[in-house]
Amino acid sequence: MTLHSRKIAGLNLTDIRNRLATTRGQQYWRSLEEVAATEEFQTLVQQEFPYQASTWPDPVSRRRFLQLMAASLALAGLSACTPAEKILPYVRAPEEVVPGKPLYFATAMALSGTALGVLAESHMGRPSKIEGNPQHPASLGATHAFAQGSVLTLYDPDRSQAITYAGRIRSWGIFLSTITQLMGEQRQQDGRGLRLLTETVISPTLAHQLQQLLARFPAAKWHQYEPVNRSQAWEGARLAFGEYVETQYRFEEATVILALDADFLSSDPDSVRYAHDFAAGRRVWQGPAAMNRLYAVESTHTNTGAMADHRLPLRPSAIVSFALALAQELGLDVGSEQASYAPPTEAHANWISALADDLRAHQGSGIVIVGLQQPPIVHALAHAINHALGNVGRTVFYTDPATARPTDQLASVRELVADMDAGLVDLLVILDANPVYSAPADLRFADHLAKVKLRVHLGLYEDETAALCHWHIPAAHYLEAWSDVRTFDGTVSIIQPLVAPLYGGKSAHELLAVLLGDLDPSGYQIVRDYWRRYLPAEDFERFWRTALHDGIMANTAFFPRQVEMRPLSIEGAEQHSADPQGLELLFQPDPTLWDGRFANNGWLQELPKPMTKLTWDNAALLSPALAERLGLENEAVVELRLHGQAVRAPVWIMPGQADQTVTVTLGYGRWRAGRVGTGTGFNAYALRTSNALWSTSGLEIHPTGGRSPLASTQQHYRMEGRPLVQIGTLSEYRAHPEFVHEGAHESAPFPSLYPEYRYESYAWGMAIDLNVCVGCNACVIACQAENNIPIVGKAEVARNREMHWLRIDRYYKGKLDTPETYFQPVPCMHCEKAPCEVVCPVGATVHSAEGLNDMVYNRCVGTRYCSNNCPYKVRHFNFFQYADYDTPSLKLLHNPDVTVRSRGVMEKCTYCVQRINAARIEAQKEQRLIRDGEVVTACQQACPTGAIIFGNINDASSQVAKMKATPLNYSLLAELNTQPRTTYLARLRNPNPALMDKGE
Amino acid sequence: MDRWRVADCPIGHVGQGVSVSYRRRRPPMFYRTSLAFEEEDRVRSPAIMSQIFHPSTNTISRVSIFGAVFLVAALGWFLLAILRSSYVTQAGVIREQPVPFSHEHHVSGLGIDCRYCHTSVEVSGFAGIPATEVCMNCHSQIWSDSPTLAPVRDSFRTNKSIPWTRVHNLPGFVYFDHSIHVQNGIGCVSCHGRVDQMPLMWQAQSLLMEWCLECHRQPERFLRPREYVFSMDWQPPEDQLALGRKLVHEYQINKELLTSCSVCHR
Repeated sequence: MTLHSRKIAGLNLTDIRNRLATTRGQQYWRSLEEVAATEEFQTLVQQEFPYQASTWPDPVSRRRFLQLMAASLALAGLSACTPAEKILPYVRAPEEVVPGKPLYFATAMALSGTALGVLAESHMGRPSKIEGNPQHPASLGATHAFAQGSVLTLYDPDRSQAITYAGRIRSWGIFLSTITQLMGEQRQQDGRGLRLLTETVISPTLAHQLQQLLARFPAAKWHQYEPVNRSQAWEGARLAFGEYVETQYRFEEATVILALDADFLSSDPDSVRYAHDFAAGRRVWQGPAAMNRLYAVESTHTNTGAMADHRLPLRPSAIVSFALALAQELGLDVGSEQASYAPPTEAHANWISALADDLRAHQGSGIVIVGLQQPPIVHALAHAINHALGNVGRTVFYTDPATARPTDQLASVRELVADMDAGLVDLLVILDANPVYSAPADLRFADHLAKVKLRVHLGLYEDETAALCHWHIPAAHYLEAWSDVRTFDGTVSIIQPLVAPLYGGKSAHELLAVLLGDLDPSGYQIVRDYWRRYLPAEDFERFWRTALHDGIMANTAFFPRQVEMRPLSIEGAEQHSADPQGLELLFQPDPTLWDGRFANNGWLQELPKPMTKLTWDNAALLSPALAERLGLENEAVVELRLHGQAVRAPVWIMPGQADQTVTVTLGYGRWRAGRVGTGTGFNAYALRTSNALWSTSGLEIHPTGGRSPLASTQQHYRMEGRPLVQIGTLSEYRAHPEFVHEGAHESAPFPSLYPEYRYESYAWGMAIDLNVCVGCNACVIACQAENNIPIVGKAEVARNREMHWLRIDRYYKGKLDTPETYFQPVPCMHCEKAPCEVVCPVGATVHSAEGLNDMVYNRCVGTRYCSNNCPYKVRHFNFFQYADYDTPSLKLLHNPDVTVRSRGVMEKCTYCVQRINAARIEAQKEQRLIRDGEVVTACQQACPTGAIIFGNINDASSQVAKMKATPLNYSLLAELNTQPRTTYLARLRNPNPALMDKGE
Repeated sequence: MDRWRVADCPIGHVGQGVSVSYRRRRPPMFYRTSLAFEEEDRVRSPAIMSQIFHPSTNTISRVSIFGAVFLVAALGWFLLAILRSSYVTQAGVIREQPVPFSHEHHVSGLGIDCRYCHTSVEVSGFAGIPATEVCMNCHSQIWSDSPTLAPVRDSFRTNKSIPWTRVHNLPGFVYFDHSIHVQNGIGCVSCHGRVDQMPLMWQAQSLLMEWCLECHRQPERFLRPREYVFSMDWQPPEDQLALGRKLVHEYQINKELLTSCSVCHR
């Protein structure tokens, strides 16, 4: 793939820093290149439309273009005689199915030790969209990007489709006879040679089955390992309380929050609920002007850091000392003179004392939350601080862990490897895990795996682990099989399938039942029988149906537990002996691919990472200062060396990154992911060893002189000093609520040459509250799933031809090393005076009677005048046939209510007009008006924080009209007088006055 | 034009004047008469040459130049006529079906309501094609051994759908919703024709966008009271426009919206 690279070489970071330091007033910037104003960037901006860059020099796309030409000519020949279409009705119609109307089924998606309750939309038996389940405590109606993307995984044509033995297709019957014989042999020796490896098990039924198996084979062992797990948090709880407990937070009750390397707003698996609760304390427009205050201490820039009112970048090793210093500042006895920890610098000391004062002033309404990747001691310190401040029982609660058996997963996988090495393992059954790819590199899992006599792998893909196993059984997707899960607060959901396994997959329950001797297992019966045990027989049917319908089992949430705080001693804790000068390496789950399980999901691959806006790649994230010292620039390839291991990675300069720290994300560099995921990015697991799962020192960086082009979606256009994001502080807002409009850019309505429209009935509009948008990307993927938006691939993204109808712009403000960061979701503005409408020569984009800016695909001839004339750059053109018309399984994925666009057609956000139409038809049938909140756009529905509100602005009592009436409301580029229907509520910050003077 | 090369000159020697005269003779015939040419040639050239074009060429050329305009127009008309013809729209063309189902017999003969089979017409965009079991409700009792109905019984036995051929096929970018049309007083007959008189099913209307717009622009011309939607023989009253206007108001039909693109295309 030759990227038509927009290479920008020779950035002078010192110069950039000086420019940013000397500018007065509010200075916003989108990228380093913009500030540097290099010649190349100027040229790039002058080109204005890099996506119109010539494709002809690119041999690949030229060939592809000719192929497409040939294909379309062939199709043109075909279209003359359309074959008669067939209608295949049911033979016996299911009672609840109304043809043409979707059904919603409550189910749940498990991810890394927690679960999100969802409602899956089903069109005539095929799931096409995932929505949140409003009744589920982890969802409350919203979803994360992974849940939205999971429906694509279901239809992924690269999923494994057959049972194989040593790569050859075998029947289920042959597998059954083999496994029965082997289990018989194991029975003889109490299962001494039997090992099971799972990820974190949160299914009560599966845990029960595993226990049954262990009871029958007492010498067998069950191991759990997942690359992103909660072991450190559990260990921290054990340090503090002597037992494994899970911590629950009530962010809606909190006024002061400290996030210690905790990205609880975006990448934490429970972030959907946490972001929702956090936003409750930030919705200033709704009530009294009060806000919670968020402090973030982190090594790499995360969404939580972007939302923070004060953010302190610290290298990973310094976070322990920060926590210790804070504990001591708060007067806690931590039982150590902390000799091995570096004392905080003076600047940090000020920060810590201000923070401690703030926490002390809000006793009982503060939260200290620690990220999963932090060592146990930091978790224990946070427990001690929460305890001392009286937060426990008010904003912090403790419950049993949702996991059936909380384990130190690292120890568990180590034990398994040792057993394999010793030749003790005859039969290893791997359930839905990929340890060959994701186990710590120093364990050399693959090498030891070869010593196991028979290896069975159950998985969605024939992945790295499947390749080294004798038997591979295709797993059923969660939308294909029965199961159950417990979410973070203990609530149980039954996972019900929406479709029979597309590729004959088996669930983990079914495989375990086979191991237990049931040769014709039914996942449905297994799950049902498990729950039947706990309920009175006469009431069971009603209970079961209610649980299925609601998506939650009533009264299964855990009760808060009383825990006894132990005296804390850091002596026993693992010492972090970091060289204060050395480079540190930090691992993070990828914001879009997680631990690599979503690597073959094109939607998630092309989803721009919240901070870097990179797609299709991971990168080594460096602080500007470090890049400057090493003379590195974006896209330069370096070799990262750590304890004898080395990987090559492209560099991405990350403003706000802690100095002397390199962050790499997991999940890339897979070699057997599938056609989409294989070969993207570099494999960070190669550097991840068992003594340093999350961060380590001793990293060396060696520039190689090479370059590897990266496709970032936010390198184009400049702001030209326009106030695109409006920001104020809470005190400013209290003093001058109209501060947003005090600038020069917005004045009285301008005269317009275009005709005024009148709207008799509805006038649709949207308001986006920037104060609660955490930039989590759920809306982007929700839009993609709802509107059949294609993916275009890395080369096309590099030409800025990505098709996302909704993008999230990320803006920096202020200093290069510690910038403030802001997110702004940008859908179509649906302008009242839309510049696109007047330039279309064929009337393909027109104003509707309800004020929508309609896009008529069948009229569009592809002049692209509209996109040239759009000041917001929200229109996207199908330069090629991006939509997949050919792959049979992907046809099932499409939303039948939205056209699948073809080549040569412009497209853009429609405000989910299919949902508006559906609601209007329903309302009209009932002879009433559409109620406020009845039309929910896909982005709005997915949003965990309720940042996006849509509705009828003609109705003054609607929520959107109320939002637009607040003084915080502003329009993007209002001076152009396009009168956008999408408006924004300005972002507010709530800084601590004690820290403001010092300019922190 | 090789024909006019000097070497091909009919006279024996080659001279510049000659070739000029030939060249001059070639071009436009419609603003000089050929006679004038001949005379000129006779004066200038040493040998007299026979006339290449008959005088009638002038007329022909005139007619063809002016005719071309009409020809293009005729061609255009012809193309449009083809596009609107039942060859393209398939209107009025009987589709072959696995079972020769007669709407005429079932609707006018037996008096079965549309909604007995097309169950979702009032609630969903798609009117619904009856499941095999709906056919079998009656045909397990009557005509239960008719060879014509063998595919129905096969379907019921084997649990495989009857592959009906779609009669009304809208393009993929059109999103038609039955329920709202039925609700707002558009009779079945308005689009599907007198189904009760169709022994085999055909498409009664062109389904072209101009046909849709006839009603979307002026719904009052076609609306009927809701209670007559499923009636096959309802006749519009003399003052249909008055009735239509009343119904537009009563059913709260937003006429402006009906011609917004996104109402049908999205």
